[in-house]
Amino acid sequence: MNRTAYTDSPPIDQVGVEERIARLTKRSIKKESKVTALKLALSMVDLTTLDAKDTLGKVKQLCTKAMHPHDALPGVPPVAAVCVYPNFVRIAKNALVGSDVKVAAVATAFPTGMSTRKVKIEETKWAVNEGADEIDMVISRGHFLAGDYNFVFDEIAAVKEACGDAHLKVILETGELSTLDNVRIASDLAMNAGADFIKTSTGKIQPAATLPVTLVMLEAIRDFYYATGKKIGMKPAGGIATAKLALNYLVVLRETLGHEWLNADMFRFGASALANDLLMQIVKEETGVYQSIDYFSKD
Amino acid sequence: MDQIEKNKVEESVRTHSNGQASKSQRVDVMKTYKLFIDGKFPRTESGRYYILKNSDGDTLANVCKSSRKDFREAVVAARKAQHGWAAKSAYNKGQILYRIAEMLESRKAQFVSELMDQGYTSVDAQSEVSASIDRLVYYAGWSDKYQQVFSSVNPVESSHFNFSVPEATGVVAILSPENVGLIGLVSTIAPAIVGGNTVVVLASSTLPLSSITFAEVIHSSDVPAGVVNILTGERNELLSHFANHMDVNAVVYCGNESSEIQKIQELASLNVKRPLIYSTNNWMKEEAQNPYRIMDLQEIKTTWHPIGQ
Repeated sequence: MNRTAYTDSPPIDQVGVEERIARLTKRSIKKESKVTALKLALSMVDLTTLDAKDTLGKVKQLCTKAMHPHDALPGVPPVAAVCVYPNFVRIAKNALVGSDVKVAAVATAFPTGMSTRKVKIEETKWAVNEGADEIDMVISRGHFLAGDYNFVFDEIAAVKEACGDAHLKVILETGELSTLDNVRIASDLAMNAGADFIKTSTGKIQPAATLPVTLVMLEAIRDFYYATGKKIGMKPAGGIATAKLALNYLVVLRETLGHEWLNADMFRFGASALANDLLMQIVKEETGVYQSIDYFSKD
Repeated sequence: MDQIEKNKVEESVRTHSNGQASKSQRVDVMKTYKLFIDGKFPRTESGRYYILKNSDGDTLANVCKSSRKDFREAVVAARKAQHGWAAKSAYNKGQILYRIAEMLESRKAQFVSELMDQGYTSVDAQSEVSASIDRLVYYAGWSDKYQQVFSSVNPVESSHFNFSVPEATGVVAILSPENVGLIGLVSTIAPAIVGGNTVVVLASSTLPLSSITFAEVIHSSDVPAGVVNILTGERNELLSHFANHMDVNAVVYCGNESSEIQKIQELASLNVKRPLIYSTNNWMKEEAQNPYRIMDLQEIKTTWHPIGQ
């Protein structure tokens, strides 16, 4: 199949991407700007627990953390959403009543996507029915890499339909797509098929989110916006564990898509450890003293 | 080519490759003294340095002036390494300390000449290096003994088996003595790590060379990365960060400045870290090594274990 069947995805200049990232990550953000950026980053976190050993108690605890990241310090915002497996959606929804924190559910046979379309659609509908505000789906990487773009496109469109009012985030699993060219094609494919967000990774595969991949996806979002006027969101996920790295992502976001994307409606971090590192840096900025994880709640 | 020409060519090759003339033109390869963080030798992130001179005014080295961010990185490394280090068997920790002594012994001459470069007499340098090696062996020996000696089974009224054992305090920040080059480092690092702690040490700013050479010794002694981290730089710049970092569990201060001591004690209260003040100037004497130095950096855990019937 011709790669331009759906899109006219441009080839990606890998060296250029890396040079641009190298330049953008040299930015130094200090003092008030840093505090503002740290709080913004915290408000963009999708607090995530996607372990086979997850329990009811763990999910409830995660929801409390999402609403009250660190009450010891006033002015700390809640996170954007919690991200859980579909069977925990109702529990999370109930635990988050009265807050603006959203519930995101991974669906479509996460993380491999190895199932039938019928099962994936059923799972999506069920998760939405349970109360999920957002659905994080995975694409069928096998079909994508085999060049069967039609299959992937139709699948995303079908899941989008099953989502109804829920937002759809499409996980490209860039760690398995080998090249930045593929990342760009998958991004264009997902956006054309109806994704509200495009997301880098499941967090189960290494490498997960990286800055070069994120830049390529952000540029795809920009080009899609110029072509259609539709604003698609971005969610790097996996491997973003430090506040410093999160700020690098915000710089790349700001320089690629501008202010309109600089909020939790258009940009998310899929992470678990990141929230506490952001909190430690916020408290460090407020007190001038380096912090210890011992004084911050786990999840 | 006739024989005479051949000889000329050979002659010129000889003088150029290893002849006297070219030998004197060889540029010495000087060591760059860097920091030791997480088992690696980075430069300070601040890019700052100070020039260390000998008594004749000749430059000995450019020494890194660590920043608070270097200290932060070192604490992260020490924290990461602490659990695994404490979990190693006492026997193994003893072996590793002994290994440090062995490595130090094999590089004795280098340490002696480095101390002499920094103003020591030959006799003083020799005896300090020897004492340092002996002190490492001393603490290596204590590794599998201090817990037996300082643990206790306690008499209690109820039907409990009640016992107390020492456990590592955690991450220890050490401001090592200013007036000695090597023995101060060894005397503060060895009792801390033998007890399962990990350390971040600020070396003497006037005698800093041995610290990084000692880091090379540690690097080649099976000490896991992050267990010992060594910084060089100015004490007054880093002192308050050593004392108030929330992820440091004890701070060791070697010196006599009362204003500094007061600052350490005040700031340490922030997370109730253990402040230890060693005011001795004589690190060579026998009293500077004893098992109580190990116990200074231990917390006693008491367990109440129900007994049957």
